[in-house]
Amino acid sequence: MKPGKLLLFSLPLAVFLGLGYFFLQALDSDPSLLPSTRIDDQVPGFQLPTLADAGRMVSEAELRGPLLLNVWATWCPSCQLEHPVLLELAKNGVPIVGLNYKDVRPAALKYLEIHGDPFQFNIYDEQGDLGLDLGVYGAPETYLIDDQGVIRYRHVGVVTPQNWREQLYPIWQSMGGKP
Amino acid sequence: MRQLLWLLVWASSGALATINAYDFDNPEQEQQFRQLITELRCPKCQNQNISDSNAGLAKDIKDRAYRLIQEGRSNDQITQYMVDRYGDFITYRPPLKPSTWFLWFGPFVVTMLAVLVLLALKLRNRPRPPAPVPAEQQHKVEQLLRELDESDHKH
Repeated sequence: MKPGKLLLFSLPLAVFLGLGYFFLQALDSDPSLLPSTRIDDQVPGFQLPTLADAGRMVSEAELRGPLLLNVWATWCPSCQLEHPVLLELAKNGVPIVGLNYKDVRPAALKYLEIHGDPFQFNIYDEQGDLGLDLGVYGAPETYLIDDQGVIRYRHVGVVTPQNWREQLYPIWQSMGGKP
Repeated sequence: MRQLLWLLVWASSGALATINAYDFDNPEQEQQFRQLITELRCPKCQNQNISDSNAGLAKDIKDRAYRLIQEGRSNDQITQYMVDRYGDFITYRPPLKPSTWFLWFGPFVVTMLAVLVLLALKLRNRPRPPAPVPAEQQHKVEQLLRELDESDHKH
């Protein structure tokens, strides 16, 4: 075959293979998952009250881990799904701080009373200000924060026993998290 | 019919309503805000800009953008501020870097390839000049042409 003809035949084939690869990759990727820009950054600065006590202010200085920072709200159905997993983790000694995100205080307190409270304390982010600085775009989200207050990982969506075991726990261990 | 028209007018004023919720010191800032919120993409509802979106998050981002404009920041600065938090996804003007090269240059490369293929095809199908007739046959060709001519005249 002449080189010109070879090119003519192989070009569409190459295009086809390229597109095929592209589409095949797209099958496994969830376009709604956004990479976090905050990985390996310090937790952004904030001054917010706790959920339990409107008079008590907390700041980023209190987020020295290793700990989980869990973004939740009573308006978020997936958070209810996730709640038993958080309770189980807390029972096993994993420190979890809640970020009560764009919620209503009485409703959130009531929710914890009914479903149990896995959180060491909750940051009450009524306006979503800390959420915006963290790049939160939905609930639930879970951040892994190390002993320097650096964000090491973000998990978007529900933490399940399986993705805890497979994705989160290895990172948790690598940053010195107990158990 | 008239009521329906008014309903349409009312419904289409939604875009203006989003602006009117914010008060600006001067028209330049309002113009700046208008432009900014059409160029920021809502991370929650992925195919809308934050101007069109009614999602709570879109409103939070608008509120923050409004505050930053009040502080006198430029749109480039505010866009960078949002990119720092939400990543390149949030802007409808993706920055030029290796992972977006295909996005920026892809269309030009594909167009150029198409032009090259077209040119190649065109060159190949170009009509060629007739091959010269060998001298010994030239006489015969002329005779045939003459006969053709004469038969044309008879009709």
